[in-house]
Amino acid sequence: MLTYTIRRLVLAIPTLLFISIVIFLLLQLAPGDPMAQVPLTVPPEVKQRMREALGLGQPIHVQYWKWLVQFFWVEPQVVIDHWFGTAFAEGKLRVLSWQTRSPVMDIVVQRMPQTLWVVGMSYIVGILIALPIGIYSAYRQYSIFDQAGTFISMIGFSIPPFFSGVVVIVIFSVNLGWFPSIYDTTHVVTDWDSFVVQLNQMIMPVMVLALQTTAQISRFMRASMLDNLNQDYVRTARAKGLKESVVVMVHVLRNSMIPIITVIALGVPSIFGGAIITETLFKVNGIGQLLLTALFANDLPMVMTLTFIFAVLIVLFNLIADVLYGLLDPRIRYD
Amino acid sequence: MTDQTVNAEAQAEAYGALQDKEPPKEPRAQWKDVWDQFRKHKGALIGGGFLLFITLAVLIGPLVWQVDAKALDIRNKDMRPLYTLLWDSTARTSWAKPLGSDNLGRDILATLIAGGRASMAVGWTAMILALSIGTAIGVCAGYFRKLDGPLMRLTDLFLSLPILPLLLVAVTLFRQPLRANFGPETGMFILIVGVIGITSWMQTARIVRGEILALKEREFILAARSIGTTPFKIIRRHLLPNVISPIMVSATLGLATAIITESALSFLGVGFPSDFPTWGKLLSDAVPRMEEFPERVMLPGILISLTVLSVNYLGDGLRDALDPRIRGR
Repeated sequence: MLTYTIRRLVLAIPTLLFISIVIFLLLQLAPGDPMAQVPLTVPPEVKQRMREALGLGQPIHVQYWKWLVQFFWVEPQVVIDHWFGTAFAEGKLRVLSWQTRSPVMDIVVQRMPQTLWVVGMSYIVGILIALPIGIYSAYRQYSIFDQAGTFISMIGFSIPPFFSGVVVIVIFSVNLGWFPSIYDTTHVVTDWDSFVVQLNQMIMPVMVLALQTTAQISRFMRASMLDNLNQDYVRTARAKGLKESVVVMVHVLRNSMIPIITVIALGVPSIFGGAIITETLFKVNGIGQLLLTALFANDLPMVMTLTFIFAVLIVLFNLIADVLYGLLDPRIRYD
Repeated sequence: MTDQTVNAEAQAEAYGALQDKEPPKEPRAQWKDVWDQFRKHKGALIGGGFLLFITLAVLIGPLVWQVDAKALDIRNKDMRPLYTLLWDSTARTSWAKPLGSDNLGRDILATLIAGGRASMAVGWTAMILALSIGTAIGVCAGYFRKLDGPLMRLTDLFLSLPILPLLLVAVTLFRQPLRANFGPETGMFILIVGVIGITSWMQTARIVRGEILALKEREFILAARSIGTTPFKIIRRHLLPNVISPIMVSATLGLATAIITESALSFLGVGFPSDFPTWGKLLSDAVPRMEEFPERVMLPGILISLTVLSVNYLGDGLRDALDPRIRGR
């Protein structure tokens, strides 16, 4: 198991390097000019010097190398400095955003809590709703509950978030006036009342996102439970007189959770990636919204860093899912 | 004499036992079996019917409802749909505009039909593109052992790319040159279909590769190879017809994702130009005034959702119908 993990980790390095090259070249091919917003009255030679100040004058491989050094060498030093109070990164150039001229990672750290709160919470809520639905609709296959569950998860698959989000805004915030339609990120929770306000503004985005998670995971849960309910060990457990609740909730559920846990692990990167559409709709200034504004402003270092972080997370959680699968299921042996 | 007759009778009886009592059944064609199983799935049947209806509506609709979707009629702007009369008799409605008109007086029924045309065209083309890439890569990886490793690494690589951010990057960054070369509408069409197709072929490739790997070892392929059939002909005559069912199932999934992705791109404002309606664009344009005119958000949204829902149900039914292990139950 350990050798497998190490082998996968080593293999992940060339994959990630290749992905970073692909993203970098894609961004380099782009025709956008970060100087497009600069007024026409600025003389061309000044513009040229501004471009060079952004590091645009050098050949592509030099630019790529500089980004690599900044991301993999300087940024970890900054983190170490922050934790231990050392001064490794003193005076070294970090990955700078072209929009704000401040380090990209500082902005990401500022935006991360909002995304984690809203999107992460929706993921947890979605899983908590999905598991009981999946278990019960597998246990009573083809019952009315199962049919309704299938229909609801089909709806969850089919209604895109930009429509379900708009519909809940129209119903709950415009017509009923229960929840605010704009997420106030400056709100600080200090006491019970402010906690209720926070809860109110979180309900709609969380539910919109949770609908999709629920749809997906309850399907997987149902299929996995159905696979296990017909196994011989279930008949044995019933025959030796175990209670039905023990048979289903302990014997079957534990075995059915193995594939579900890997599915859940595979979905985690999308939490950090943020839900671009939902964040835009509810005006949550999280990571997804940051990526969108950076794209429209031609802020290439920001876009590059954010997309690469997403890729790292996807590769990492794929690895975690595979390793977890091997750890949880003794029938799977990678070595 | 009598002995002989008895013998002949016994013989006839013995042969009779070997023969079928009932008249033999007609041999059944494979696709008739598939259709019979498909018919049992009510949701799939309704879904398929609805998809057919929407496709015909956007194809034939402009011939029946001959109103130009882009024609401005500023005097008759902000009309409500006819059904608002049911609860609000003072609403501004007109029989000439059954679903009302938008803030520039464009007829909503006509824009919905035109928008559906664009959305369905993007969905179908992107799906076909993704399927062709996926099938080609899956077949090559499954059939030619030398290509298996590199092609599957490529697939893994594409699977670990963050898709929606990259879609946004590609669309925002390549919008200008393509629009300059092919005109604003064709350029955007090529771009959107291209990026959706290039980023959604991986599942098809994996499924097709798996099927081909199993089929390749079967006797009929060995037989075909031993009479000197070229690899290309084996793939075309023997392998592709056998993997048609997983391809069809992933086609439905691909169509659903392509329609949703196109709408999402339009919603984020990186889709088609502003005067070119698609369902996602109509929806996002209507969001700022959704309090006064909720129908402008609801109608395109419902159309997107119903289309995708029907495609999903169709895929569900196809999966059951095309699986010979489930068929006949």
